Amino acid sequence: MKQSFINDLQKIVGEQFTLSDKESLAVYGYDSTPELESLPGAVVLPGSTEEVSRVVALCHDAGVSVTPRGSGTNLSGGSLSAGGVVLQTSRLNRVVEIDEENLTATVETGVITSALHRDVEGRGLFYPPDPGSMNISTMGGNVAENSGGLRGLKYGVTSDYVMGLTTILPDGVLLKTGGKAVKNVAGYNLNDLLVSSEGTLGVFTEVMVRLIPKPPAKKTMLVHFPELEQAALTVSRIIAARIIPATLEFLDRVTIRCVEDYARVGLPLDVEAVLLIEVDGHPAVVEEDAAAIRAICEKHRCSFFQTAATAEEALKLATARRVALSALARVKPTTILEDATVPRSCIAPMVKLIQETARKYDLTIGTFGHAGDGNLHPTCLTDERDKDEIARAHQAFAEIFDAAIAMGGTITGEHGVGLAKKKYLPKLVGEAGVRVMRNIKESFDPKGILNPGKVF
Amino acid sequence: MDYEKLINCMRCGMCLPHCPTYKETFLETASPRGRVALVRKFQKGDLAASERFLDYLSLCLDCQACASACPCGVNAGELVAEFKCEKKERDGLSFMEELVLRRLLPHPDRLETAASPLKLYQRSGLQKVVRKLGLLKMFPPGLSRMEGLLPELPAQPLRRTLQEVTPAQGEERGTVGFFLGCVMSLVFSEASFATVQLLSAMGYRVITPKAQKCCGAPNMLAADRRGMEEMARFNVELFSSYDLDFIVTDCGGCGAELKKYGHHLGGDGHAAVFSGKVRDISQVLYEGRGLLGEKLKPLPHRVTYHDPCHIAHCQGIRHEPRQLLKMIPGLDYRELADADACCGSAGTYNIERPEMADRVLRRKLDTVLKTGADYLVTSNPGCLLQLKQALAQTEPQVRVIHLTELLQASMNG
Repeated sequence: MKQSFINDLQKIVGEQFTLSDKESLAVYGYDSTPELESLPGAVVLPGSTEEVSRVVALCHDAGVSVTPRGSGTNLSGGSLSAGGVVLQTSRLNRVVEIDEENLTATVETGVITSALHRDVEGRGLFYPPDPGSMNISTMGGNVAENSGGLRGLKYGVTSDYVMGLTTILPDGVLLKTGGKAVKNVAGYNLNDLLVSSEGTLGVFTEVMVRLIPKPPAKKTMLVHFPELEQAALTVSRIIAARIIPATLEFLDRVTIRCVEDYARVGLPLDVEAVLLIEVDGHPAVVEEDAAAIRAICEKHRCSFFQTAATAEEALKLATARRVALSALARVKPTTILEDATVPRSCIAPMVKLIQETARKYDLTIGTFGHAGDGNLHPTCLTDERDKDEIARAHQAFAEIFDAAIAMGGTITGEHGVGLAKKKYLPKLVGEAGVRVMRNIKESFDPKGILNPGKVF
Repeated sequence: MDYEKLINCMRCGMCLPHCPTYKETFLETASPRGRVALVRKFQKGDLAASERFLDYLSLCLDCQACASACPCGVNAGELVAEFKCEKKERDGLSFMEELVLRRLLPHPDRLETAASPLKLYQRSGLQKVVRKLGLLKMFPPGLSRMEGLLPELPAQPLRRTLQEVTPAQGEERGTVGFFLGCVMSLVFSEASFATVQLLSAMGYRVITPKAQKCCGAPNMLAADRRGMEEMARFNVELFSSYDLDFIVTDCGGCGAELKKYGHHLGGDGHAAVFSGKVRDISQVLYEGRGLLGEKLKPLPHRVTYHDPCHIAHCQGIRHEPRQLLKMIPGLDYRELADADACCGSAGTYNIERPEMADRVLRRKLDTVLKTGADYLVTSNPGCLLQLKQALAQTEPQVRVIHLTELLQASMNG
């Protein structure tokens, strides 16, 4: 990248916040996606919406690409740049306003998701989306990827909460969409278009989200099943009984063994599935729901059912699920975490298919995830130095994605397409789908400045 | 270095919110994930160990908060330390390092003698004169900072005044070896004396071998592995000559290092046995909490606890010190926000990287003040020095003391 251009960036954001030394570029060459790396030309950390606008405008004029990045926890390579400018939003980290009358929170794009949780929960309010990386992920990143989390089943995902956005368009112009009005049908719903645009349509500088009252009570349950089908049936039956748990999480046999090896939480090794169930809401309803869930689990031959009596016990019960990724990640150096998602009724066939595919390609794949909303995390434990095994892992995942599509599901439930899933997208959305997406991209960004090469 | 350890990092970023330097800068180069990547790229030959490269690595406090947070068991702080050691082995020690690490630290007598001019400096009133006249401005910044950190030294280091054997009070329940930290003995001898008193009151016969040497942690900070190993061998041999149930220390830094002797001295079976016996004082006291509880008398203080990195992150001890404090009748315990975040002392970091150390410290002080506590308890000399000095300047109503001093005060009533 030309020094004169870097000087221009420095003039906007300051020398301290413009990085172009090779050590810095090297560590901005990755995000959380395994295997992928690509070196940017420069990194900037703007400190205001205005600085973002000026950086983007400068890049637009110079024909240099801009890739927005929050904390770099993307799992599809979406925050990687090939020779362009990486725009890190971390310094835009002010909570602008929490409006307790309209129940909205307005935050700058770099605010950490869990910091918002803490802030609003202190006021008896609730922002439900809780992606696995919430302790470091930024709100802007959550919006760009439409992040989900454990509470998706009952409370939905990020897009269900976005009410307004402040976005810098590819030519540096500021666009405000949505607002505090709950009903708003003026023109196209640009908010929804921008959510999950993966940094290809604009750079968010402010996000306004909807808040809801914090549920006053909750109850946590841990259930073991000797048969996978019975665990899956239990999930469907709970929903059919008109109960929507806040959390309905699943661990398969491989994951259970790894968890037990790592954390010794007392899981029996002969069970096929473990469910972690959490119901929340009015105390009386929570009691009723928990009793009904217990009856359903017992009918489906669970071998163990435990309800937490205290908050401390609840934390203990949730340990197995909480440490699942750690337990799996420690087994081998490289961990490929996927997010194939199917309709909830297909959980059992999908888990079976993943297990068979793992056997077929001689791989270790542990599956855990959000059974309630069909969002599974088949996690392949491998070693990037073993080229043959890595190749088999990719083949296996290609088959798993095909199966997810065939079951009416999707190639990604919450990680985004980015670079990693690009080749699978046409299979899912078809040629027409890709064409519409391309046209939208063209109309926002005719010069192809923003996060080029991602999604399609 | 073990490449396997580096490749285990899956770049998930879970370490980022726990890293004090990342929280201050938001820079990937100042994050554990970034440091692992830098070392990995050096090993692959993509990056050279340039001055800038080393500067990025040296911003690490080695607080190991990242290790507590890492899902894959990677310890970025330790990796950086190891990398520095390997480099130092190639480049050799500087004159000052050779002097301090190899000629002073291994000899407690010399170390104590070297400290005595400081005492004279304080007692003679010279310190007051120097401070009043602003002469410190003429010192190099590192030295003037060191001067400021130093509280008033005790008349005698504990190593000189303590008997080799302190008998157990009441029924004897065992024999423990006491490992004197250099700074604890030289600067915080009252706290360490309280430690010995508590052990004795709990029924332990306490043996303090006078010949013991520094644990070697300062050597590791300066990336001098050989110096550390020499002292480790000596200490292992010395303590192995006694029949001990535990080896107890009240210094977080020493404890963390002593527990690693087994690992450092790989093939040495004695070292593994030694490390297996090492306990932080809070562990021993917590184990005998029934007996201790009977002896504690009310203290009306508002108290909060700062987790030293070397206790919480390096040794995984968080529960015991808190429970011990909560056992004191009448004590108003208030939990500190981000209690296990580094205070910025980090060995010699506050002297080497004062600007970052101050930013990290500021965060800690803000959380301490929010608790409204009048006693800040911790259990590591580095934290004690750093926090005492900072609070004495701005918030003299908050007293900073070692865990054992408060427990002893409660025991004595």
